[in-house]
Amino acid sequence: MSAAHDTHDDHPLEAHVHSHDHGHGEAEPHGTLKGYFTGFILSVILTAIPFWIVMGDVFRSPQTATLVILIFAFAQIFVHMVYFLHMNTSSEGGWNMLALIFTAVLVVITLSGSLWVMYHMNANMMPAMSAHDMRNMP
Amino acid sequence: MQDRSDLMNFIFGRLSWDAIPFHEPILLITFIVVALLGGALLGWITWARKWTYLWTEWFTSIDHKKIGVMYMVLGIVMLLRGFSDAIMMRIQQAISFGDSTGYLPPHHYDQIFTAHGVIMIFFVAMPFITGLINYVVPLQIGARDVAFPFLNNFSFWMTTAGAVLVMMSLFVGEFARTGWLAYPPLSGIAYSPDVGVDYYIWSLQIAGVGTLLSGVNLMVTIIKMRAPGMTLMKMPIFTWTALCTNVLIVAAFPVLTAVLVLLSLDRYVGTHFFTNALGGNAMMYVNLIWIWGHPEVYILILPMFGVFSEVVSTFSGKRLFGYASMVYATVVITILSYLVWLHHFFTMGSGASVNSFFGITTMIISIPTGAKMFNWLFTMYRGRIRFELPMLWTMGFMFTFVIGGMTGVLLAVPPADFVLHNSLFLIAHFHNVIIGGVLFGAFAGITFWFPKATGFKLDVFWGRMSFWFWLVGFWVAFMPLYILGLMGVTRRLSHFDDPSLQIWFQIAAFGALLIFFGIVFFIVQLVVSIRRRESLRDLSGDPWNSRTLEWSTSSPPPAYNFAFTPRIHDLDAWWDMKTGGHQRPVEGFKAIHMPKNTAAGFILAMIAMVCGFALIWHVWWLAALSFVGLIGSAIAHTFNYDRDFHIPAAEVARVENERTQQLAQLASVS
Repeated sequence: MSAAHDTHDDHPLEAHVHSHDHGHGEAEPHGTLKGYFTGFILSVILTAIPFWIVMGDVFRSPQTATLVILIFAFAQIFVHMVYFLHMNTSSEGGWNMLALIFTAVLVVITLSGSLWVMYHMNANMMPAMSAHDMRNMP
Repeated sequence: MQDRSDLMNFIFGRLSWDAIPFHEPILLITFIVVALLGGALLGWITWARKWTYLWTEWFTSIDHKKIGVMYMVLGIVMLLRGFSDAIMMRIQQAISFGDSTGYLPPHHYDQIFTAHGVIMIFFVAMPFITGLINYVVPLQIGARDVAFPFLNNFSFWMTTAGAVLVMMSLFVGEFARTGWLAYPPLSGIAYSPDVGVDYYIWSLQIAGVGTLLSGVNLMVTIIKMRAPGMTLMKMPIFTWTALCTNVLIVAAFPVLTAVLVLLSLDRYVGTHFFTNALGGNAMMYVNLIWIWGHPEVYILILPMFGVFSEVVSTFSGKRLFGYASMVYATVVITILSYLVWLHHFFTMGSGASVNSFFGITTMIISIPTGAKMFNWLFTMYRGRIRFELPMLWTMGFMFTFVIGGMTGVLLAVPPADFVLHNSLFLIAHFHNVIIGGVLFGAFAGITFWFPKATGFKLDVFWGRMSFWFWLVGFWVAFMPLYILGLMGVTRRLSHFDDPSLQIWFQIAAFGALLIFFGIVFFIVQLVVSIRRRESLRDLSGDPWNSRTLEWSTSSPPPAYNFAFTPRIHDLDAWWDMKTGGHQRPVEGFKAIHMPKNTAAGFILAMIAMVCGFALIWHVWWLAALSFVGLIGSAIAHTFNYDRDFHIPAAEVARVENERTQQLAQLASVS
């Protein structure tokens, strides 16, 4: 889908259009073998540890295990974004960062909001609730 | 069904002659009428030898302008269907009192209100906004097309494929009887074992692919393809609202896709996400679908705010008042639209703390909207207002939408919502904002940009008739519903016992009749305008003395939009060019690199439609085959390297010189 650029290739003015568009392609940080390799190794490590945590039953409480695994999952998301998607604060003139922040805000709203809402739904709508409890709902 | 051999069941799945509603006279007559009219249309196209023209100039076109027009046509056609449903409901409710049960059996009535909602939102409002954005945005930002022209064509055909599936459900099988959001457990396999909900799921999934991809496409277009000098704060306000809408589409539609996937897993493979058994929770579906559903209503209204802004500043002959505040209001609405979804289910039982949070966020969101309203008023203040058709629609919007907004704030108060939830008051409220906002906006946009797309204006007399019938019809049809809602009448009822309510429903039905004439006169307006096009012709390309860049081109614009990319120095770029003595470039034309038409989008969407149909009817072999075909065709299309061509410099020079002469002629006449 490079048609976007193609249709505009002929514009003599195109290069001045956007400050973030300077000679698109060349300036962007295309990954090096070293970068991909680092990303790969990190991903393997960050996958292997949670695997070991589950298989080796490292933590007694499943809640702790879940929490630790989630932290590793989060770390891996960042590894992917930095080493594979070449994201940093300045790529595409900051648009990538802006999109990432927006996405993160929405994901946080969606997930935390749903947990909050559904927690209350479950707490309040349980059938074994007395009329007295109902009146003193949070 | 039982008698059929295994082979027949394998070949046809659930599909049998029983699926065709021979026993329902209303559907049968509708089918005959549709078949006759459709046959006549196809016959006429064949007789006029227009198939090649349609295929090469429109269906396979990847020109954003033609795709935009096709979206609008889709929206208008589906509006007719959606409105037929509406008027059937109004008639049923007006007569179905006491001993009379009306003329619609409940299971048919239930399908009608579901289809009405689904069609009006997904296949009328969405095509209208996508069509307007598609047509106008590239012209407003000085681009030659959207970022991904092929994808644009593909998106359009996916949306159309979804619409065709919904239409098919009228005559093959049935549509969902669940309401437009198909809440489980009613939409689960236990309570809706037939194909209705499956039609719902697959038409929305297929159309959803189109919506999402066009969202990505237009977002990239706006961010990457603006003309030099057009910084974000020099972007026309319609483009701003289009950007925010497409950001919302990209962020929200995946949620709809995911929640429908979960529902289809429940229905097809027996999972229990939303059932009442085995740990399922139907409330989660309601929660998730409104996380999509609330941004969706802002997806619909934001671009229309943009339309009204352009119209108001053009017809007041003034720069838009408070451009920056308009932009910030739009962005704030974009973010806030994600923080209010729970107000759709205050009564589900999340308790006072949760309800008050979402009640307050809902009230806050009315602030930026109110700010916009004042911006429009101040733009008109001391302006030289011309009451052309687009301005009429805009004034109608301002009167109507404000009332709708106020009843919305009323509903945002949780204790009030406990009284009004699912009542006709709610129905009146959201029709008030959707008709008053989105539909009036679509009509304002159509009448505003019609001369740009065709080269002639729309007929004023029939336009006024359409406007007044729509406006008055709306008020007559929906004010009784506010009253009924306050009296406690709930939505989606097909029969009433209390005869004292009947008069209100009769008034509402009369209002629907007025709206019917509004629609008829709109069609008449189109026909009359086309017949009288020579006297309505506009050669200047700028019939309204407008301000933004799309009016700097000829009407209709050449395929390449701009021979030279314009340079932008001011927010109202065209106004700046007009007042700054801009000279038309007359030489130095270069060949223009353009994408080539392709049938791939059409083919892919048709295969997707077959796949959806097969999944609905459990024809597994066809579903598998068409899915493989879909992936295969998509891959095959990537090997098509013959995608572009050049419009030769001589051709560009010829078109541009013709236009220069035309303008010179026009100047000498006046």
